[in-house]
Amino acid sequence: MNAPFGNPLLLVLALPLAAAALLAFLPDYRFASRLSVVASFLTLAAAASLFATDLPSHGAYLLVDELNIVFIVLNTFVAFTTSVFSAGYIGHELATGRLTPAYLRFYHAMYQLLVFAMNLALVANNIGLMWVAIEIATLTTVLMVGIYRTHEALEAAWKYFILGSVGIALALFGTILVYMAAQPVVGEGADAMVWSVLVKHVAAFDPALLNVAFVFLLLGYGTKVGLVPLHAWLPDAHAEGPTPISAVLSGLLLNVALYALLRFKMLLAGNAGAIAPGPLLVAMGLASLVFAAFMLYRRSDVKRFFAYSSIEHMGIMAFAFGMGGPLANFAGLLHMVMHSLTKSAIFYAVGYVAQVKKSQKIADIGGLTATHPWLGWGLVIGVVAIAGLPPLGIFMSEFLLVSSTFAREPWLALLLVAGILVAFGALLLRLNGLAFGEPRGGVARSEMSFAPLYAHLALVAIAGVWLPAPLVAWFDYVAGLLG
Amino acid sequence: MDRLAFEVAHMLAATLVLLSFVQLYQDRLPALINTFALHAFALAASVAWQAYIQEAPHLYVTAAIALAFKGLIVPVALHRIVRRLGIHREIETVVGIGLTMLVGIALVALSMIVMLRVTTGADPLARQDLAFALAVVLLGLLLMVSRRNAVSQVVGFMSMENGLVLAASAAQGMPLVVEISIAFSILIALIVIGIFLFRIRERFDTVDVQALDLHRGERG
Repeated sequence: MNAPFGNPLLLVLALPLAAAALLAFLPDYRFASRLSVVASFLTLAAAASLFATDLPSHGAYLLVDELNIVFIVLNTFVAFTTSVFSAGYIGHELATGRLTPAYLRFYHAMYQLLVFAMNLALVANNIGLMWVAIEIATLTTVLMVGIYRTHEALEAAWKYFILGSVGIALALFGTILVYMAAQPVVGEGADAMVWSVLVKHVAAFDPALLNVAFVFLLLGYGTKVGLVPLHAWLPDAHAEGPTPISAVLSGLLLNVALYALLRFKMLLAGNAGAIAPGPLLVAMGLASLVFAAFMLYRRSDVKRFFAYSSIEHMGIMAFAFGMGGPLANFAGLLHMVMHSLTKSAIFYAVGYVAQVKKSQKIADIGGLTATHPWLGWGLVIGVVAIAGLPPLGIFMSEFLLVSSTFAREPWLALLLVAGILVAFGALLLRLNGLAFGEPRGGVARSEMSFAPLYAHLALVAIAGVWLPAPLVAWFDYVAGLLG
Repeated sequence: MDRLAFEVAHMLAATLVLLSFVQLYQDRLPALINTFALHAFALAASVAWQAYIQEAPHLYVTAAIALAFKGLIVPVALHRIVRRLGIHREIETVVGIGLTMLVGIALVALSMIVMLRVTTGADPLARQDLAFALAVVLLGLLLMVSRRNAVSQVVGFMSMENGLVLAASAAQGMPLVVEISIAFSILIALIVIGIFLFRIRERFDTVDVQALDLHRGERG
């Protein structure tokens, strides 16, 4: 590890890990939630300071380059705002008796461990290490999905556990095959799993072995991305766990799995004989988009509803990265950032809604803008953004993607637009019932902090009308890297 | 490559595939768990042999984990769970045993065709082992999808994982094999602990995974 970039990078990993260890032993939950916020903020600061280092730079196990820095900063930012949201939300769960203080301690420790695992997966330069990190992230989220210990929560956790484990196992087989492909060229030992070494030598690898490896990696990590038909765990895990975890699952963990896929896609792109991974991603992305769009109409649980919306948007991203080329990749990156911000904001709002209405069923919730104006309008803005209406950020990325696809593959673009429109209809239909009309359900107030919710929405709104030039240049460069 | 070393490795890996088939037609849980213990023993022997011929002492650790953890501790724990819950009765299968076996044969053929074709460049020992490993992985997956009971799904997952360890040990000089087998052991330990949590009678009924389908769409 060379010193100039070593420090902030190590901090990004060490801070959450130390916080997790500390939080596991802290009995006072008020102090614990504050500590969690502080640790998350410091991690964010460390991540931001990575920009000041030389890029790309890599050691034997860790790596920072222009691509993963985008993911790391997004990851630590949403992790920070979610820790702020958690502090209030989980305190309320304690007050209503859904959680006991012991579970709360467990929750905060696990949350920091999850942040650590996601950061590790993003900065890992070794494909084996990346796999281990994604496994840890899966395990921590499984434990948190089941935290309420209700019948449904345990079932959701079990389903997530089994499906996630199968995905993880398939991804490991793919990882072993990549090593087998690299071993004759790079030589035996640790070097043949180091990503930066692999990329340099990939042109000489056996293409047939790489192809099979990618199929396993796509199935394995694709399960974690929630691509149809491997998505079955996702709605349950979102609906039954605590809402901050739904926000982190949708906003961050799906991205981390997508990032792993992108890394391997870049690897395959360097080998002339290997299949193009693009069409596979396009097909799975479109399937996810269209399937989830139709499924949206049949949901009656509000968290499950937005979980399907996440499948839809992960499909759009997979489609964009599958199309490839500078414009589509740019749209994919922008879409990923906008979706993470918007979807976690929506889950913040939904979490409070479920607390004041004491129900997650869409039928029990209505007229939010009348009874809880701040909450209701926050939800309205979030859903309008996620539906892709101008002038918000997601409109920008979807517009870019659709227009670039029309220029290249008009038929695919038609399917894409159809899927987006179907989902759009479902979102506005449900939004109308949730936010307007006759108020239904409880009118109780709870002390809420709207700061994380509106901070995200403000960023999405600004991005819709104005993107800073350095950011655009950065994304342009990364889009070029992705090929 | 020493001829004898090759043949022994080949035989041990083939034993794993054979035992995977034996698992497929077990219709009672205790018998299934015993077969899995045998599976783990065969894996331990195979990995230890790889450690010997590759002169890779760290693989002995992986073999020891397979022997002690998956061969002894987990089966004993699963036997206890099964006894406590009183589920010695027949395993429900989604499709008939005969059909499952046919699908299994097709999967083995598929993995041979795919892996032998794509690994023509690799050394013959690794080729064979990778093909067998893929067969074990796919058969484990088949066991998972063809059973509804949580315990047999866990057994399926573990035999799938045995296939992965076989592949990792056959890939010469692969780093992190020990770490990965430890990571998997943690995963399995958590799964087994998870079943212990489900142990309460009425909860266990829902571990019949078909009941999960009720919640797939919507809750009441």
